[in-house]
Amino acid sequence: MGEISSINWPAGDFTRVPYRLYTDADVFEREMERIFQGSTWAYVGLESELAETWDYLTTQIGNRSVVVTRDDKGELHAFANRCAHRGVKVCRQQRGNSRFFICPYHQWSYDAEGRLRGVPFIKGVGGKGGMPDDFSQDDNALPRLKVAARNGVIFASFSEDVEDLEDYLGETNLQYFDRVFDGRGLKVLGYSRQLIPGNWKLMFENIKDPYHASLLHVFLVTFGLFRADQESRVAMDDTGRHALLISRKSEQKVSASISDIKNLKEDLVLADPRLLDPVKEFPDDATVVMQTIWPNLIVQQQSNTLALRQIRPRNAGSFELHWTFFGYEDDSDEMQTRRLRQANLMSSAGFVSADDSEVIKMAQDGVRQYADDAGLLLLDGRGTKDTPHMVTEVALRAFYKHYRKVMGL
Amino acid sequence: MTFERWLVLQKLYNDYASSLDDGPLSDWPDFFTEKCLYLIQPRDNYDAGLPMAVVRCESRGMLQDRVNAVQETIMFEPRYLRHHITNIEADDASSDEFQVRANYSVIEVLNDDLPRILSAGRYLDRVVLENGLLRFKEKRVIYDSVLVPNSLIYPL
Repeated sequence: MGEISSINWPAGDFTRVPYRLYTDADVFEREMERIFQGSTWAYVGLESELAETWDYLTTQIGNRSVVVTRDDKGELHAFANRCAHRGVKVCRQQRGNSRFFICPYHQWSYDAEGRLRGVPFIKGVGGKGGMPDDFSQDDNALPRLKVAARNGVIFASFSEDVEDLEDYLGETNLQYFDRVFDGRGLKVLGYSRQLIPGNWKLMFENIKDPYHASLLHVFLVTFGLFRADQESRVAMDDTGRHALLISRKSEQKVSASISDIKNLKEDLVLADPRLLDPVKEFPDDATVVMQTIWPNLIVQQQSNTLALRQIRPRNAGSFELHWTFFGYEDDSDEMQTRRLRQANLMSSAGFVSADDSEVIKMAQDGVRQYADDAGLLLLDGRGTKDTPHMVTEVALRAFYKHYRKVMGL
Repeated sequence: MTFERWLVLQKLYNDYASSLDDGPLSDWPDFFTEKCLYLIQPRDNYDAGLPMAVVRCESRGMLQDRVNAVQETIMFEPRYLRHHITNIEADDASSDEFQVRANYSVIEVLNDDLPRILSAGRYLDRVVLENGLLRFKEKRVIYDSVLVPNSLIYPL
């Protein structure tokens, strides 16, 4: 582990964030170790993706490949995707069904729990060669991760001593998690993947930042889906690592409070209104709930598009954003079509999300060039507590409060 | 496929590529019938029979809405695209509606970067003859390059 030098927090609090945190390779390595391999629960998949015995999927926690499986007793398992022998990935498919995972290099085979079950020529060939007597297959199982599932969503942790998932989420975040994942069967509608040339934290911060949503996202603002003057609030857990942006849709009209928005397109109307035909489907009045679950998950409910965005960091300057769009097993055909139409707002070609992937690249370009400087997080003061409105950067400050503690920076 | 059909399709796809590359983007919906289906879908969704598409337009109106979004609301870095469409194949079943498949690749140039392949894959289309003009009744863009380099702004 490299020494991390010259991380300077100019204000001594969380209102000034050093740009170097987005560019430094040693910072990135420490993030992988202390955050992604540390005492955290990382999202890895949905139970509906592993519906049958011996189903598996591969995913990533931080920059490490992980296999998640379901065994013949229905139990879920997760293990490191690298052969004990030469480090080759034992599974190269994204999803599938298999009882064993066989390394292509020397055909070592592992079962659904990651136990080493077969080593070719272990006793030698014709009395020649073979493994020494003290070689133990049991000692060479693939490193196992702790697994927890709640209402169909699977999390895994490299840490043995991570707290229970429910305690980890905290009361308010658990309540909103259960609002979308309410125990109904989930139906995966499909995936979308993009490689964004920016630091992974920029994505996480983006979803904690309602300031930009009411300005950058002209489409959202124009059609009244998210506006600074809407009834809304920001809620976090006690640590500040998770956050919720909760908002309620208003009508498409200009009010004095949003006259600061320079690029509002008041006269824009949809040529085909079926594109945005939201219906209320949750018991409360919120029309948008964006939840960030530390360290790698964004749960999105924007009108009727439901998606899990998994952040897969690659290096300090890039991450993959892996989207899983879903609905419920009891959705009508009409509801499914509605979700698919509204998905036009999201992911790599989204009327809204493309703004974010573009601006994250631009932010990375800027901080890379001026890595000795620091950004500013002063909107709505210096606090880190929940706020009953959206004109705030409170969730970003709270995020950095937690980040500094975990990273020891 | 007859040589004559290949030739008219070659012309259709050339026109489509030129129109997207050199604009105006507002011409793009005219390549489609009023009721149509335009999808941009990653290969893995298509192979698994999953319906999610990153772009879904079910009418010329929705195509128009995407044009409006690109021109009026989405914030993006300036970019230049070149569409390359090859290996056009079609059936000979009917003279006024037929299926076409073709390969495509799109090269993207941003201001401060070297050119790169933005997307590569195939078109699975239904083309119809409407008032003497060939139009897309259905166009499925299935991209093999599942990982999108940042954003897809313009149509493929």
